[in-house]
Amino acid sequence: MKNYFKYIAILALGVVSCEPELENAIEDGEIYSNGQADFSNYVAVGNSLTAGYADGALYITGQENSYPNILAQKFAVTQQTDGFTQPLMNDNAGGLLLGGNQILQNRFVLAVGANGQPRPARYSGAAPTTDITNKLSGSFNNMGVPGAKSYHLVAPGYGNVAGVPAGLANPFYARFASSDNATVLADALAQDPTFFTLWIGNNDVLGYATSGGTGEFQLGNTDFTSYGENDITDPTAFSMVYGQIAGALAQTADGVLLTIPDVTSAPYFTTVPNNALVLDAATAAQLTGYFQAVAGVFAGGLMAQGVPAEQAQALASQYAIQFNEGPNRFLIDVPMSQANPLGFRQMTENELLLLTIDQAALAGGYGSVQLTQEVGEVLAILQAGGSPTPEQAQILFGAVSGIDDKDALDSEELQFIGQATNLFNDAIKANAETLGLGLVDVNTTLGQLKGQGIPFDGGVITSDFVTGGAFSLDGIHLTPRGYAVIANEIIAEINATYGSNVPKANVGSYGTVTLSQDVQ
Amino acid sequence: MKRLFLLGLVLLATATTYAGGYRVSLQGQRGLAMGHTGVAVVNNAELAFFNPAGLVFLENKINVAVGASAVFSDVVWQNEEFGQTARTDSPVGTPFYAYFSYKLSEKFSVGLAAYTPYGSSVAWEKDWAGSHLVNDIELAAIYVQALASYKITDNLSVGGGPIYVNGSVNFNRNLNRTLTDLEGNRSNVTIDASGVSAWGWSAGAMWRPIDSLTIGVNYRSEILVEAEGGDADFENIPNSPLTPFSDTQFDATLPLPAELTIGASYQLNDQWLFAFDYNRTFWDVYDSLDVDWANPNIPDSNNPRNYKDASIYRFGLQYTANETFVLRAGYYFDESPVQSGYFAPETPRNDSNNFTGGLTVNVTDKVAIDASFLYSRFEEIEESYDYYTEPNPRTGASERVPFEGTYKSSAFVPGLGVTIKI
Repeated sequence: MKNYFKYIAILALGVVSCEPELENAIEDGEIYSNGQADFSNYVAVGNSLTAGYADGALYITGQENSYPNILAQKFAVTQQTDGFTQPLMNDNAGGLLLGGNQILQNRFVLAVGANGQPRPARYSGAAPTTDITNKLSGSFNNMGVPGAKSYHLVAPGYGNVAGVPAGLANPFYARFASSDNATVLADALAQDPTFFTLWIGNNDVLGYATSGGTGEFQLGNTDFTSYGENDITDPTAFSMVYGQIAGALAQTADGVLLTIPDVTSAPYFTTVPNNALVLDAATAAQLTGYFQAVAGVFAGGLMAQGVPAEQAQALASQYAIQFNEGPNRFLIDVPMSQANPLGFRQMTENELLLLTIDQAALAGGYGSVQLTQEVGEVLAILQAGGSPTPEQAQILFGAVSGIDDKDALDSEELQFIGQATNLFNDAIKANAETLGLGLVDVNTTLGQLKGQGIPFDGGVITSDFVTGGAFSLDGIHLTPRGYAVIANEIIAEINATYGSNVPKANVGSYGTVTLSQDVQ
Repeated sequence: MKRLFLLGLVLLATATTYAGGYRVSLQGQRGLAMGHTGVAVVNNAELAFFNPAGLVFLENKINVAVGASAVFSDVVWQNEEFGQTARTDSPVGTPFYAYFSYKLSEKFSVGLAAYTPYGSSVAWEKDWAGSHLVNDIELAAIYVQALASYKITDNLSVGGGPIYVNGSVNFNRNLNRTLTDLEGNRSNVTIDASGVSAWGWSAGAMWRPIDSLTIGVNYRSEILVEAEGGDADFENIPNSPLTPFSDTQFDATLPLPAELTIGASYQLNDQWLFAFDYNRTFWDVYDSLDVDWANPNIPDSNNPRNYKDASIYRFGLQYTANETFVLRAGYYFDESPVQSGYFAPETPRNDSNNFTGGLTVNVTDKVAIDASFLYSRFEEIEESYDYYTEPNPRTGASERVPFEGTYKSSAFVPGLGVTIKI
């Protein structure tokens, strides 16, 4: 009997392999490789885009889907790594407190408004709980600091809580700076990274763009301390500071540099069309008539001051703006000048309106003309063949309600932005070349999103606001899905540059916008 | 835009599921030890399942067989494109059987049987890469059957009887690949129905042309388990009118397919018995799993399965060593009903080679202990489920999003039973 049991036991042992095993298992580390790169200690340096900022705030699930965190997860299947730490926020509400007082707003969520249409709104379901006075201890692989410009990364004191109220320091960095005097770059280098990514420079032009170009292009001024928040960094100065950062990181580590996208590829600038002034035939004729009156009165005024008729009419003719039934471009305010004494004109084809423009005001005449009763009376006088008094002429001219500088990017502003972006990217590409690093041209990637879109297994990702899948509800930062697209671009570049085999992220399994009715 | 969103969130496309090839062939330790043959083997009360016609050929007046198995079955999945791996951590399944027969006369026996021929128990890691198809599933169906067995001539009998089925299902999956609440918790649904009853029947015939040769045929009917008013529990749904999900009831039908078995056994001498069975399982009936929600705002969930009829070839042998010990071994080849492109991870079964063994220890004249084991060997397979759809964010049109990867399953099933003859 013993023998039988022995026999059974041997049989049983021979077949017991409860856990199924694959021949080429990822878990055995045989499929992928790090190539010449060493991902054991990856450090990501950058701004909000690196931090995983989305929906106008930084919050936990956004951070979990930051492109550096996605990359780190993929690196971990190619080799042993030390893990990837991030200065996680305290909640998913977003928003920041300083000593209990809220200093930054909660995130956006997609809510259905009173009119039944979905629209982004600030989440109010929970108060923020992340107080920047609660310093995090330890070092963090994700050194993405929302709001940071290139030169901020090397600015001592940028993480000093005491400097936050005065705008001298960054509230996000203040949470995890190693000391009051630390710099982002030094904190990154102190971790002895074996691999890094650097995506910085967006804010060197973005602040200008999101302000509607209210700042200055600091061309030729290399003194950062004299810059305002909404200024464009001098490209020469950018090149210097960028070289300093990239050079320091590349001393001991391999890495990838990312260019900065053309801001006009973000829905913040492309969602509100500049020709949304949709008119019926009667209103179009009325407006055309009004502007003929303006041109006529203005020419008359000039001639009364002794300007030759031909010259006066030539100057005034710019105000005889024609409106047609259907969509028309809005009017925009410009500085009064000799060439444009009244200080307004119609927008040109490529000029942009910002996402934050007051839509209700647009519907109420902002961007065209406020045809009040007073204006009507002046027009009636003109129609009757009378000539208006100077006061009446002022009433007539004053009815023009051009779009303010802060709500639009005009062609000169766009030219500054484009010029700066190109020069910044030239500097980034030159650094990649001289330092022998990988380069991802995010500018091209986001251009594709704006154009035909980028296909994925569930369709096409585009930069269309709310529905496109790439951009979060602030119109500037990406969704988890958008960040996954960036991660895949970086992976492709790493594989090409360092002979690695890092698997891609499955972009379709990354989410887009978050729904909630818990809004103000 | 609102409409696009509704489409987006709701066409939860999807892949619900109860189970794939969810037949569990563990209806008797003696039969199982011989490759789960038995349609033409007169051995013990297991005939109540394998072929009720044979009950009347049992020598004793009262025959009882009861037993249970422990199913240790797991699956590993990986996707090389994205560097993903997942393993099931499925609970141990415990199918059982209990058979009883009573000989009223030389020509007529009656019986009772309870057994669990269909079931599935698969648990993947919560929120794994295929969680939009299944997180976990528990499916059970208990068959209870009254039987009669009648000898038409000395060497020909027929038998059969009505089957009462009591079924239950508990199944959880995420609503799609990305929907979460504000905290990032994945939106998911659990459907739960139990005590669902249905009726069917089985009938068989057995012919013993010569003493050493037995030929049998048995047919078990298709049974449709129709769950009506089961509970659907939606969790982590974002607070938004853009999602239509809320707890509701559901109706769904799960077919337990018909099965035809023919086979023969040959008694070579006092020691050796050989058996062969051929099964045809009529899986073709499992075309699609459709879940109809009571809440009209939630679009019904249609999940193509498109199973095809499948065959199983079974071989067994029995060696009677002495009065105390009987040894058995067997092999069967189990063809998967799942067609390429329909490989859903709720029961990721491909063709398998199955090796069985076991023994009986006759403790007394009346009582015997039956032990068996089954080892199922599955080849590694590259497969996909191609019928999960998501709305294209640009057009709103349904896009098929295949779920692909390499699967490997394994199953090891020890079992124990008791046979009583009085």
